[in-house]
Amino acid sequence: MEHITRDDVLKLARLCQLDLSREEVDRLAVELPSILEYVEQLQAVDVTGLEPTDQVTGLTNVMRADEVREYQAIPEVLIKGVPNSEKNMIKVKRMIV
Amino acid sequence: MSWDPIAKLAEAVNSGSVSAKELVEKSLAQIGEKSDFQAIIATLEEPARKRAVEIDELVKAGKNAGRLAGVPFIAKDNFLVFGVETTAASNMLKGFHAPYRATAIERLEVEGAICVAKANLDAFAHGSSTENSDFFTTKNPYDKTRVPGGSSGGSAASAALDMAPFALGTDTGGSIRQPASFCGVVGLKPSYGLVSRSGVVAMGSSLDVIGPLAKTVDDAALVLDVMAGKDELDGTTIERDPKSYCDLDTTIKGRKIGVVKEFMDENIDKSVKDNIEAAIDKLRSQGAEIVEVSLPSTHLCLAVYYILCPAEVSSNLSRYDGQRYQFSSGGYTKSRSIGLGDEAKRRIMIGTYVLSSGYYDAYYQKAQLVRTKIIKEYDEAFSKIDFLVGPVSPTLPFKIGEKTKDPIQMYLADLLMPGSNLAGNASISVPAGMNEGLPVGMQIIAPAGRDRDLLGISKAFEMINGASI
Repeated sequence: MEHITRDDVLKLARLCQLDLSREEVDRLAVELPSILEYVEQLQAVDVTGLEPTDQVTGLTNVMRADEVREYQAIPEVLIKGVPNSEKNMIKVKRMIV
Repeated sequence: MSWDPIAKLAEAVNSGSVSAKELVEKSLAQIGEKSDFQAIIATLEEPARKRAVEIDELVKAGKNAGRLAGVPFIAKDNFLVFGVETTAASNMLKGFHAPYRATAIERLEVEGAICVAKANLDAFAHGSSTENSDFFTTKNPYDKTRVPGGSSGGSAASAALDMAPFALGTDTGGSIRQPASFCGVVGLKPSYGLVSRSGVVAMGSSLDVIGPLAKTVDDAALVLDVMAGKDELDGTTIERDPKSYCDLDTTIKGRKIGVVKEFMDENIDKSVKDNIEAAIDKLRSQGAEIVEVSLPSTHLCLAVYYILCPAEVSSNLSRYDGQRYQFSSGGYTKSRSIGLGDEAKRRIMIGTYVLSSGYYDAYYQKAQLVRTKIIKEYDEAFSKIDFLVGPVSPTLPFKIGEKTKDPIQMYLADLLMPGSNLAGNASISVPAGMNEGLPVGMQIIAPAGRDRDLLGISKAFEMINGASI
């Protein structure tokens, strides 16, 4: 079984931008290894000669004309849903500390 | 209380013999009457009534109001309906009013359909029972102590309870088919790319599809016919069948149908197996050529799914950071930590783990390789037969609370379905009778792009077995 410590869970949570409570860390420290143990069965599968599948349609480089057009979503409505805005701009927290 | 076939309802509205207003009122009344099943997050009385008046006026002016004129429908609450709150049953999106509408919704509305309500789901469509909804759990229409399935559990229950003639769902690893099976309705997972995903809250983008839940195959086919086809707002959409999806070939005689050996093994409850065997016998007695087919990697599908899906979830849910819309407690991390539920966090954590440096090859890439192996097995099977059949779910609808303690037990409820999402093929749940007073669904699978054939054989089965109860 994949060994995952509480520290591993906390490190992973940071990568996910999640602050976990003590109870959540305790629970995930049990659940994550059990889920990883379940998916572990793939390690034994022989995939010689196979290419990885990213998508199933086979479509590549789907383009549309690069032009401005009328769209249902208008800035005034979009900005109304923004938690914190100023002068029609989204005000965000500093990203890099 | 039931509904006429959708085509007939639209015809009646267009001819003026029934008004859109009457249909909308009937739907709203039924939603109110059956509210104890908790299938619905929000009803849209005002916009629905307003739209009904518009449609009735169109008809009075002598115009055709469309192929779905005045037909009420219910959308899973992860579809954006313009101006309407869309929560995906999550606290994170509570209060989010859609600034545009999903292409699927647009196509239905253009043909005169009216969205009357938004249905409950597992938050962000993560789950198999609606117990992961951040709001409440929907109850099975046949037994209130049991789950309706998920994640489209509210949609399936609403269709079964006749709240509207059809509902919309999404299926990433079985989320249309399993609730359809548990609620005794038809649930279609179309081929990947056949219906635009634009305006639908994303879960696993290489797996997500949109489809109808309805009482009959004809109704599901008509809804698909209206929604299907390329959309420039979704670059993954594929060409539709040039013929109507309502034009169905119901020949059974001579059809080669493969019973998937691994779908009928010891992991499947006898109560489910009995009904599926009886259903297969009926197809055989009508002249279908029944053969046993092996998909040897069936037991690997769920493992591949629970690597690829969380990986895609961790990426898709990174947009919920409390900065641009809805729930915010100020900071990025704090907003996510409060706004996201347990299952979303679990999947984000797993997804981030399998994508992280040092583990990517062992988990994510390995899963992509096994996905190829699974696809090849389907291709091999479909080179010899027309359709694959088996159960949808390994068990009858389970009790509320039965599987919530152990995520793996909940994931195993999806055992027989993610293969179709990984391969992108077309798959459906059709009612195959009752057992112990609960519905059993039969899964029929066709190659990608053969949705019309799938609907044809499903209708043929419905004709010999009887439609939804």
